[in-house]
Amino acid sequence: MSLTNYLVLAAILFAIGATTVLLRRNAIIVFMGVELMLNSTNLLLVTFARYHGNLTGQVLAFFVMVVAAAEVVVGLAIIVSIFRTRRSASVDDVNLLKS
Amino acid sequence: MHTLMSLTTPAVVAAVDDVVAPVAWEGARLAVWLVVVPLVSAAVLLLLGRRADRWGHWLGVLASAASFVVALGVTVGLLGLPAAQRVQDVSLGTWVDAGALTVDAGLRVDPLAMTFVLLVTFVGTLIHVYSVAYMEHDAARRRFFAYLNLFVAAMLLLVLADSYLLLFVGWEGVGLASYLLIGFWNHNTPYAVAAKKAFVANRVGDVGLVLAMGLMFATFGSLDFGTVHAGVAQASEGTLTLIGLALLLAACGKSAQFPLQSWLGDAMAGPTPVSALIHAATMVTAGVYLIVRSGVIYAAAPTAQLVVAVVGAITLLFGAIVGCAKDDIKKALAASTMSQIGYMVLAAGLGPVGYAFAIFHLVTHGFFKAGMFLGAGSVMHGMDDQVDMRRFGGLGRYMKITYVTFMAGWLAILGVFPFAGFWSKDKIIEAAFVPVDGEPWRAWVFGGIALLGAGITAFYMSRLFFLTFEGQKRWSARRDGSAQHPHESPLLMTVPMIVLAVGSVGLGWLLSGAGFVEWLEPSVGHAEHHEPVLPVPVIVGATLGLVLVGVVLAWRMYAVGQVPVAPPRGTVATRAARKDLYQDVVNDAVLVEPGRYLTRSLVYGDKAVVDNTATGLGRATVGVGDAVRRVQNGYARSYAASMLIGLVALTVVVLAVRG
Amino acid sequence: MSGTLATVHAALPAVLPAALEETGRTSTGEAVLFWVLAPIMVLAALGLLFARKTVHAALAVVVVMVSLAFLYVAQDAVFLGVAQVVVYTGAVMMLFLFVLMLVGVDRSDSLVETIRGQRWIGVLAGVGLGVVLAGVVGRATYAPARGLVEANAASNPVGVARLIFGDHVLAFEVVGCLLVVAALGALVLTHRRRLTPRIGQRELAERRVREGGSLVPLPAPGVYARHNAMDVPALGPDGRPLEHSVPRVLRVRGQEADAREYAARIDRVLAGGWANGAGSFTSATGDGPPLGARALAVHAAGQEDAPDDAPGGADGADEPSAASADAHTADGDEMRDEEVAR
Repeated sequence: MSLTNYLVLAAILFAIGATTVLLRRNAIIVFMGVELMLNSTNLLLVTFARYHGNLTGQVLAFFVMVVAAAEVVVGLAIIVSIFRTRRSASVDDVNLLKS
Repeated sequence: MHTLMSLTTPAVVAAVDDVVAPVAWEGARLAVWLVVVPLVSAAVLLLLGRRADRWGHWLGVLASAASFVVALGVTVGLLGLPAAQRVQDVSLGTWVDAGALTVDAGLRVDPLAMTFVLLVTFVGTLIHVYSVAYMEHDAARRRFFAYLNLFVAAMLLLVLADSYLLLFVGWEGVGLASYLLIGFWNHNTPYAVAAKKAFVANRVGDVGLVLAMGLMFATFGSLDFGTVHAGVAQASEGTLTLIGLALLLAACGKSAQFPLQSWLGDAMAGPTPVSALIHAATMVTAGVYLIVRSGVIYAAAPTAQLVVAVVGAITLLFGAIVGCAKDDIKKALAASTMSQIGYMVLAAGLGPVGYAFAIFHLVTHGFFKAGMFLGAGSVMHGMDDQVDMRRFGGLGRYMKITYVTFMAGWLAILGVFPFAGFWSKDKIIEAAFVPVDGEPWRAWVFGGIALLGAGITAFYMSRLFFLTFEGQKRWSARRDGSAQHPHESPLLMTVPMIVLAVGSVGLGWLLSGAGFVEWLEPSVGHAEHHEPVLPVPVIVGATLGLVLVGVVLAWRMYAVGQVPVAPPRGTVATRAARKDLYQDVVNDAVLVEPGRYLTRSLVYGDKAVVDNTATGLGRATVGVGDAVRRVQNGYARSYAASMLIGLVALTVVVLAVRG
Repeated sequence: MSGTLATVHAALPAVLPAALEETGRTSTGEAVLFWVLAPIMVLAALGLLFARKTVHAALAVVVVMVSLAFLYVAQDAVFLGVAQVVVYTGAVMMLFLFVLMLVGVDRSDSLVETIRGQRWIGVLAGVGLGVVLAGVVGRATYAPARGLVEANAASNPVGVARLIFGDHVLAFEVVGCLLVVAALGALVLTHRRRLTPRIGQRELAERRVREGGSLVPLPAPGVYARHNAMDVPALGPDGRPLEHSVPRVLRVRGQEADAREYAARIDRVLAGGWANGAGSFTSATGDGPPLGARALAVHAAGQEDAPDDAPGGADGADEPSAASADAHTADGDEMRDEEVAR
């Protein structure tokens, strides 16, 4: 089996994550879509690390994980705080930008 | 008269500048103070403001008098030099250094300039003194004297400049002073309008001077008199004609010559001393000075010279006709001024044979016309600022000094022997009868017009004199309702009038006897005389005869006859003359209305094209924004979708490009 | 921890031979693993996309992440594999579930699209992206994979650690700061400001004293010998029934039992009869005036006569037990009232 299969899998997961972001209204699910996208890039990084015989890709994936963890913490805090004030977790309700 | 007779050939003299003295005379440097002193005085008066109110007018008088003393000293020094060295150039250092154009600031001290300087400072000082009393009750007297000093400084700079550019500075300076003084009582709207009219008409003339300077720079590469006049020999006649016509335009604007004459009558809105100094004696003669100073150019451009003479002749008659119908004493005098300057311009247009007489008449006219204006001011002073001559009459018994001094001026302008006008104006008439280049028709036409002008002048000046001082009393009540009590003016006003009257009587004989024409020769060149088409005694006799006819006619109509208080309807000619021969109507129709139309068209074009372009751009932006606004629906998912679509599109494009 | 990792690392090559062949292709074992996991992951990811309930979506993501951990390990990224399990499934997804519970799990999302055209745009963009990306990575030509055998010579965690604490130590520090900031940010964001003063036990006690009334807990209901039910009032020391011992809710609803009826039953029982008239139970005998009647006599002195029989006494025994479903102590009732008032 060629390593390319990993890459294709990562691409598919990324596309599904992106579609989730576009189609789902629930902020938590949208967020999980984002996580899915991050994870697929991690898979890509790990696979390329193996391609090149160089661990830097894995280090990068590690950093992605850490940053993603931070992002999740803050993002979920925002969701909770929005839910508290609006009793809703729908991203469509957060549309004050519209005049 | 003997000088005139001694001239034998009309040959054009060589360029004046060839006789510039190689020997520099240090005394000429004093001329700088002529300009500086009144300028500093004006600055002091304007900058100190009300603090100078109590003594400001005396400072003005002092500055003007100091200038006169310096001028006297310089003139005496100049007289001590041999005639060949009487043209002195004083360099004051480089003024403009702009690439190809380099102009040195410098003064030309020569007989022509000093003649003007003496006239300006002497008459100016007298009028300063007169103004001290005349403006006594005006709150802004200090400002008035500041402007007068500014005028004196600018006028002296004008006549002393050694380049057309520096002359232009003085030219604009006197224009500014004239504007400020005409509109001195600018709380009165017609006066302010009159000031604006004078300013605009002068600007039209200035365009001529600027054009002339541009042509000079293009042709000679320089603007100072020496280089320009020396280069005339190499220039083509067409160019010189253009320069000459442009200079004539400038002279017309400044000297109220046809067709730019309309402002002078309205300029009488200024205080009477201003009318006497600026609009009779000095500033309005600057055009004559310019033409005489540029005589070398006209000598090489006969067409331009002919046009000068024609303009002078037209204005001469124009002013005389207008003067016959005016009832406002100052406006009648203004028309007279216009006519007399027409004589000077006519003389200047006759070429070297007339230059000296133009300047001669300019000087005598400066005296007797200033004297008459001051007399008019005195009459107004005594008659509660009444200016309508039909409301005067019989004033000679009440204002003896004014009566006598005015009579001196009157006889002078009539050209009665031995008064000043006889020595200057009659010489111009004689010169007009001299055939130029063997074309006798010119002599007959110009001579005839000059002769006719003398007759009309006699009529309208006599009319003015008799209406004011002779005949019955036709006085109106004062503005406060009480009866008129005409009285003689204070000493400060009568003394200048007396001095000017003395000049009106004796100056012509004095200067003529002292060789005024020879004195001017270093500046205007020497002209050999050619016999007039008529014998000189015949011309003199005809002139005096016509003058007598005019006086008798005026005596019968205005001194003996009944003068209606309200002006009669009059003939068509009278009505036209009252309206300045419809010059304002013509100006309105030919210039003002088309100008307004042009402005309106430009405004319309500006609104239709420029504004619409700008607002159209704005509207288009708003429209695009309105359309694009729909995309901004506030949903984060929509924004994410646009991002993703952009990403996909970009990737596809990159892939497609890379193949 | 490092011990565990080392053990796992040591054990793994045996299970999953990660080494690549000379051509850069994987071993068969890895291929099998991939082909088993990949469909599961794609299905789980689609589950995220289509799940109606958020919890299901979260569980599907957990599946994807655990599978990813497997793939990491298979690709010689042992450290990342373990970290993936710990960080993502252990921490991040648990956090997700936690918030989910906080927000409410029982709501299922509507999948009806509200933004016009968004669904088609989304599908188009998603599919397009998948096709383009998969096309790019799939059709690109790569050099033969080199594998990580050399890089992992001193074990994978050691190799990764050398890079992190060597080349990327500054980034590591910065990321550490980021985590601290994120934690503080979460605290700040979720902090709720108290708008009213806090009411604790002390404040409640002080208010009760201030307002007067009963300082001690209200008496508990139902202390008859036979009936320990919520709807039966307790008897005071003087033998009188205490009305306020019955929970307020029952009183308001009118479900309060009649104390006199029970007194009558007690008297009957003491007299040797059935409490319900038809029961099989016989109480102990005794002389003297019936206890319940005596108690009631004190209570109803000067009032009407005690009834002889309870009208609905047949099911009297069952009623209290039904009422006890929403049993309340008097004190608890009061607490509830306060809460409502607040």
